[in-house]
Amino acid sequence: MAKVIVVTSGKGGVGKTTTSASFSSGLAMRGNKTVVIDFDVGLRNLDLIMGCERRVVYDIINVINGDVSLKQALIKDKNCDNLYILPASQTRDKDALNIEGVERILDELKESFDFIVCDSPAGIESGAFMAMYFADEALIVTNPEVSSVRDSDRILGILAAKSKRAVEGLEPVKEHLLVTRYAPKRVNNGAMLSVDDIQEILRIPLLGVIPESESVLQASNSGTPAIHMEKSDVAEAYRDVVGRFMGEDLPMRFINEKTGFFKRLLGGN
Amino acid sequence: MTQEEPAFKIKTGNVSVLQLHLLSTDLTRFKKELVVRLAQTPDFFASRPIVLELSGITGSDCCPDFAELVRFMQGHGMCAAGVIGGSVLQREDAIQAGLGIFPEAIIRVAKVEAALAEAVEIREVEKIAVPALTQPKPTLVIDKPVRTGQRIYAEGASLVVLAIVNAGAELIADGDIHVYAPMRGKAIAGARGNEAARIFVNSMEAELLSIAGCFKVFEEGIPENVRSKPARVHLDGSRLLIEPLLY
Repeated sequence: MAKVIVVTSGKGGVGKTTTSASFSSGLAMRGNKTVVIDFDVGLRNLDLIMGCERRVVYDIINVINGDVSLKQALIKDKNCDNLYILPASQTRDKDALNIEGVERILDELKESFDFIVCDSPAGIESGAFMAMYFADEALIVTNPEVSSVRDSDRILGILAAKSKRAVEGLEPVKEHLLVTRYAPKRVNNGAMLSVDDIQEILRIPLLGVIPESESVLQASNSGTPAIHMEKSDVAEAYRDVVGRFMGEDLPMRFINEKTGFFKRLLGGN
Repeated sequence: MTQEEPAFKIKTGNVSVLQLHLLSTDLTRFKKELVVRLAQTPDFFASRPIVLELSGITGSDCCPDFAELVRFMQGHGMCAAGVIGGSVLQREDAIQAGLGIFPEAIIRVAKVEAALAEAVEIREVEKIAVPALTQPKPTLVIDKPVRTGQRIYAEGASLVVLAIVNAGAELIADGDIHVYAPMRGKAIAGARGNEAARIFVNSMEAELLSIAGCFKVFEEGIPENVRSKPARVHLDGSRLLIEPLLY
């Protein structure tokens, strides 16, 4: 049975799209048929991160309006055979999405995909709501700072109260915490919240920690999901996240400050 | 042939009503003070039924003129529905004036208990009467985290939360509030004015505490002696007291 996973956060700029791109790529690299949908209608970014912006002809709104078939709008990823992208519309706004249309698309995708990753826009308005409504599982992307944690808390509350699973009284949406832009050094000198601090507030299982790194910026600018970057901590961290999501028991890495010795051992970034 | 629906049903129901405690049989004084009180909140009563509580004047041989009292109250938008307590004489006078007699719940329970010890046959009958009279609304129990932006209201009841209450979340209860986890949001107990309501928390980290409208915020942080510790909150006059929960 296909799983719908929403990548959400409440706050903007915390790494939802970066995570959606790497996470869906990681799932596909393991042989799962995966599709990633950009719900950020009007501010589409996912296609840039995935490096397929020049191949966007049709988008999710065209499919919802019945202008084209789903097959016509899906773009095959350049790096992974099993990965497809459904881009957002650049010229419309979020009101063009509607719940029946989204449900129709998801139902059709469920027939041929194992995982459907929904990249949510920031905020708690209709776009974010549409992205999360049909979710089976949720990746809550949080930065180690108080405003991001509070917004994640708000999103978790909405998931628990307003998602389809909550409204229909089904098993609740399975929640995963993903801490991004983590800098152990700044945690140690008190400038950032620690993973423990964040978990103490949000109290959901930790799926992974992605370290703060220059390579994320390089990856975005070159249109390659960070998980494909050679010799990068971020790529390793995202591979761990996917592994844990698939049920592997992997130790948490990148939560402690690197020592010179480890730096040499792990090859740095 | 279809059976016709009955025109009415008789059921017992628990409703909360306002009680007006009569503390004096002097009607002139009563009228004067009531007018002053009503001037502060003119629409407060707005045709809500009111029960006259007479325990304060039970000892008095004097009977207030209930007919006159009812008329005066009606003239001020108050609707007297009946009396509770009072002497036998006072209750008879109240019936004469067209008022109902409310049974005194506490006395009834004592009677039931006495009856329980004596007769099995009576127990079956009395048992039915007790829940309708004294059973409070069930406590609302929440076992999932209460998160930023969420608001939980236990209407006419107490509230128990078994999971974390985060900053920006709101707990409201007409009765007591218990939180058996860190309490970081707002807790508003006795929301409809119950001054006896209390708040108990496992770890005091609240943003705001309120009992019967008397509230406290913690701009300077929570006092050291209760910060992140088990604590209880109650109202002492118009002061909100937060004390460590020692055990």
